Amino acid sequence: MNSIYTYFADIFHGLKSLLIGMSVTGRYFFSPGQIVTQQYPENRKTLKMFDRFKGDLIMPHDANNQHRCTGCGICETNCPNGSIEVISDRIELPDGKKKRIIDKHIYHLGMCTFCSLCVKTCPSDALAWDQTFEHAVFDRSKLTKILNKPGSSIIKDIE
Amino acid sequence: MKEIINLPVHSIEEEEYHINMGPQHPSTHGVLRLVVTLQGETVKKVQPHCGYIHRGIEKMCEKDTYQQIIHLTDRMDYLSAHINNHAVCLLVEGALEVEVPERVKYIRTIIDELNRIASHQLWWCSFGMDLGGLTCFFYGLRDREHILDIFEESFGSRLLHSYYTPGGLMQDIHPNFQKRTKDFIKYFRKKIKDYDKLLSGNVIFENRSQGIGVMSKEDAINYGVSGPSGRASGWSCDIRKKYPYGVYDKAEFNEILRTDGDTYGRYMVRMDEMRESMKIIEQLIDNIPEGDYTAKMKPIIKLPAGEYYQRVESARGELGIYCISDGNKTPVRMKFRTPSFVNLGVLDKLSRDMKIADLVAIGASLDLVIPDIDR
Repeated sequence: MNSIYTYFADIFHGLKSLLIGMSVTGRYFFSPGQIVTQQYPENRKTLKMFDRFKGDLIMPHDANNQHRCTGCGICETNCPNGSIEVISDRIELPDGKKKRIIDKHIYHLGMCTFCSLCVKTCPSDALAWDQTFEHAVFDRSKLTKILNKPGSSIIKDIE
Repeated sequence: MKEIINLPVHSIEEEEYHINMGPQHPSTHGVLRLVVTLQGETVKKVQPHCGYIHRGIEKMCEKDTYQQIIHLTDRMDYLSAHINNHAVCLLVEGALEVEVPERVKYIRTIIDELNRIASHQLWWCSFGMDLGGLTCFFYGLRDREHILDIFEESFGSRLLHSYYTPGGLMQDIHPNFQKRTKDFIKYFRKKIKDYDKLLSGNVIFENRSQGIGVMSKEDAINYGVSGPSGRASGWSCDIRKKYPYGVYDKAEFNEILRTDGDTYGRYMVRMDEMRESMKIIEQLIDNIPEGDYTAKMKPIIKLPAGEYYQRVESARGELGIYCISDGNKTPVRMKFRTPSFVNLGVLDKLSRDMKIADLVAIGASLDLVIPDIDR
């Protein structure tokens, strides 16, 4: 008698627990206001990332095509993966002093682990993060970027 | 022709045979290869083969400075990245005897607990999915998205943050951080009830988890199974209680202990831990003191020569870091005692004489992260 009782009690307990679970899924099924998915490629124009999002390393240039990079190479030494190469030149100023300017600031996006050490340790705040996130390319060589724009120069008051 | 007919016929029930579970099997949560010895459907032996995602993080640490090591530890247990970072930071700060600002300690503790909730949420998703409940996967990921949004707004990335630095933080928290965290707690307190309704009381789930893979307290201690898996067997091993770091000593919370030690017990411990984590965050979030977000540190950190050990409670168990320094800016040796690697050792013991479907449930309940095993 007892075993028959437990047999049916188990069946009813099982049915009850299944119905409780179904009530949760059913509630979401009938309330489409709680949908959280985004229509990604369609909402590209309105999709905005957070300000601090680490998308792509950039060197901000002002309206006169001037940047803040002195070519000191601290970002290159601090980078754990060797994804930054700074190629700098020494030029002679009119007053006879020698000054270092950057020739190329090369950034390998494919090797970057987005640890943000370069941005944090840069003494002249020359580097920043961009909020782009669509990084897929068809050729690996396109992931190597030169951050200083052609013909750019350094802002004067930066040492 | 005659000979072939006369060959002795072995029943598949009697003969043992091996199958490879993994390295590309969805229920191993990564590239873990288990060579399972089976007799019929009964598991006789499980031999894990590691190394499919070995990246040599310990060796790479030997050429990196202490600031650079942080971003490598993200990639061990990627679901509790902040907690791994915290361990390295505590090690360096302890060796240099640097006192970090109180604000940093509060923020680190809150973020660690958020990270723990996010990790347990993903574990809940995959646990449900391994046992055949695909709905869990969507609901868990939906709620985890809220934490990832908090992380993305403050630290700029969703999974691998490298937000802590020796001595403090990369940058101050975002002004919205407190409000968003409080909103999340309010939201998740409602949603965790759905979790219970959907899975905890479900009859199929109960039958597949209760009494499966029972681990005694002695086994847990002998195999060194720490974290929620060990606490489900009644072993009190919470580093946050035993050796408090951050501001865990200022928050009131319970160490969740259970005595059943089966798959269901390990499940319930993690569910209760999420509630405890929310309790810790609620106590701390309004009391973050003002101050600097980093202590003054030299740009090149050199640890004094010697040996150091630091442990923290990661979402999977005890994470220990052993470091030997000879006074230079890079360590001579870094050794990570990662919880997943140690917890994997008990898988063979737990799944003997169980069915192969139970092996999946036991593996999921141990919450293994494969890059944490291989480093």
